[in-house]
Amino acid sequence: MHSRKPFYIFVFLLVVLGISSSIYRGVEHRVPFLPGEQVNTWAIDAKVSFIGQGGESEVSLALPQDPAFEVLIEHTTSAGFGLSIMDDADGRRALWSKRAVLGQQDLYYKVTLVPTGISRLAENTEPTAPEAPVWAATEQTAAQEVIDAAWERSGSNLSYARQLVTLVGTEKSQNLALLLTAQTPSRLFINLLAAKGVPAREVSALFLEDQRRRQQLVPFVEVYDQGEWYLFDATTGKEGRPDNLLLWERQGKSVLDVIGGSNSQVSFSMLMETRPALATSIDMMETTQGLDFSLYQLPLEEQSLFKGILLIPIGVLMVVFLRVIIGIKTSGTFMPVLIALAFIQTTLLTGLVGFLLIVACGLMIRSYLSHLNLLLISRISAVIIVVIGIIGIFTLLSYKFGLSEGLTITFFPMIILAWTIERMSILWEEEGAKEVVLQGGGSLLVATLAYLAMSASWVQHWVFNFLGIHLVILALVMLMGQYTGYRLLELKRFKPLAGE
Amino acid sequence: MKFAWPWELRRAGVLNMNKRNIDFIGRYNPRKYYQRVDDKLTTKQLALANDIAVPDLIGVVQEQHEIADIPEMVQGRSGFVIKPAKGSGGKGILVITKVENGRYYKPSGNEITPSEIDRHVSNILSGLFSLGGKPDVAIVEGLIQFDPVFDGYSYEGVPDIRLIVFKGYPVMGMLRLSTAASDGKANLHQGAVGVGIDIATGKGLRAVQFNEPIEFHPDTGKRLMDIQVPNWDTLLTTASSAYEMCELGYLGTDMVLDSEKGPLLLELNARPGLAIQIANGKGLLPRLKHVESLGNKFMEVNDRVAYAKVHFGAHADC
Repeated sequence: MHSRKPFYIFVFLLVVLGISSSIYRGVEHRVPFLPGEQVNTWAIDAKVSFIGQGGESEVSLALPQDPAFEVLIEHTTSAGFGLSIMDDADGRRALWSKRAVLGQQDLYYKVTLVPTGISRLAENTEPTAPEAPVWAATEQTAAQEVIDAAWERSGSNLSYARQLVTLVGTEKSQNLALLLTAQTPSRLFINLLAAKGVPAREVSALFLEDQRRRQQLVPFVEVYDQGEWYLFDATTGKEGRPDNLLLWERQGKSVLDVIGGSNSQVSFSMLMETRPALATSIDMMETTQGLDFSLYQLPLEEQSLFKGILLIPIGVLMVVFLRVIIGIKTSGTFMPVLIALAFIQTTLLTGLVGFLLIVACGLMIRSYLSHLNLLLISRISAVIIVVIGIIGIFTLLSYKFGLSEGLTITFFPMIILAWTIERMSILWEEEGAKEVVLQGGGSLLVATLAYLAMSASWVQHWVFNFLGIHLVILALVMLMGQYTGYRLLELKRFKPLAGE
Repeated sequence: MKFAWPWELRRAGVLNMNKRNIDFIGRYNPRKYYQRVDDKLTTKQLALANDIAVPDLIGVVQEQHEIADIPEMVQGRSGFVIKPAKGSGGKGILVITKVENGRYYKPSGNEITPSEIDRHVSNILSGLFSLGGKPDVAIVEGLIQFDPVFDGYSYEGVPDIRLIVFKGYPVMGMLRLSTAASDGKANLHQGAVGVGIDIATGKGLRAVQFNEPIEFHPDTGKRLMDIQVPNWDTLLTTASSAYEMCELGYLGTDMVLDSEKGPLLLELNARPGLAIQIANGKGLLPRLKHVESLGNKFMEVNDRVAYAKVHFGAHADC
């Protein structure tokens, strides 16, 4: 007997591969694990306006670059301007340019952002330590006192920043009041940090609130400590980032540069949208990874076809389980799966009623055909034609009676039905009506269970969006193929042998 | 409705369907030899070549147009059997026990018209009874003059003896008796009586119908445990030698006792059912394991039969 080890290793690998690829898909591509999940996205309009001087103009606008948000769609509107989007050491920027610009100009940048849930601001390269600032003579003492007081009460760069920001933001001592007359809170905060060589920079952020218009960017301060930037609001003295904050510009550069224009300003309006999480992540894959290798590339028609095909493994798994583990007998191994697929189109009750009606009528007509002494092939062909006729009549009748459910029984696999009728008819002749009810009932029971498994919305969601699940099903089917234990119904069958 | 615990059955050595399929059929029955047992015509020819007695072969119908030859074929016979060569589970077997003035009668006494026979044979040829619906041929066989020793033990049908032969050793035996409930058929799930037979002696051990132990035949009232199968040694030898003939390790042999010719091999089965355990009230596994433990030691047919009688008899330990 050869070792089963390679087999189990193979099955184990299939399961691991299947589960990990599904998790990867869920986490990396953010395909929702449950169907019908919704996600909030933000549509933001940045409006740049300036007055042209008549000569050439160049407008450079910083574009959002925040790990907490991912760009889903972005586009710009700018009549007559040339546009390029740069992505370099200065961050992402939109660059509009035009030869002759005169009068009021409005440029728009629209972006839809999806929250990623990543709130940390990791940094790979350590920024260079800033040089100590030069204070004005009048401020020198005041600054030194503030610095010393904070430094005294801190143990690290980060706690030093925390001490400072509360001082700057809340405690209005004389020293600080003096310092703040000359500098903005953020600038002062950065200078105070720089005095001790702590890297920090001013960033421009936007508070996201639904249906707000003409919003302005607000300054925040990022302080670097051990591979991460920490966010502080120097005006309020608070640490951390609010949930609805979007960092628009993070390189410490200006948000808007306009050459050849005056009165330039940028204002923002925003709108929150609720979109299906799945559609959003598919759009996202389109814009970012170019869709790698996935079914979403297919035309919609093929996609919906695959949605049906990918349900078959579930039905097959069900049949293997019910036969190998439970021990239910079915007429035709995978006939119940095909019936279950038809049930998905017709819904369960209509499907069951339709199936019974067609088979019953078919059996009656078949019993007439059996008197004619036809060859088997032509007899079954006759049954197929008759089945089509029966389906046609039922469909017409239900249409006349206004029962729209009846119209769906056309989804039944007719050739399978004809064979079923033939088999049952022979079974009836050979072993009696009881066996027909027993085997037909078994098939319908398995079909119903397979239907219930295949029609669950989360099952449909998983088999299509997490293809790795099919590897797990394959592994399960193979494992069950090795099962040498008792089937559930055998426990009853062999009951007389127990304990004798 | 009662269920047994799995470990109770394991302790009793009950072989189950999955284990049978994987550990015995899958391992001991090479796929290439299936043809020898799945096609009854091949089995018959092999048996004849190996001097194993089988029912008379009257003729074979291979084409639709040959159906018309059947009346001529069976002329002068009092009865005959038509069966599909590739049928399974006794499906498609038509038994005619009486031919009178060109009219045919089934064992139940019901008449069957020539056109019904035609249709039946036509169905056989189209593959209605064969595995996977493959085209088939119909075998016309002589009727078995079954041994009167079983008179009163079987209702309408021919009692047949099923032996499980593992690697050439007969390990368990059962006599199948049809009843009114089984409509003359010998399938236990249809209500036929199964009588467990002692491998050592050929005596009846216990009997079951519908999984319940019974003492008397439900139709004739005869005591089932009194059964003694005649020619028991010949039966065992015939079954045992079928192993050499078809080279299948796990094999079911079906035999009948003809009053003139003695035991006749009816058919072989590469996937014999598990009901024999219920008829014997004993699990198959200990005996199969015993044979496996012998390894590949070569033994002549007679030695194997002798060995089996000692080790698998009712009073042996497994």
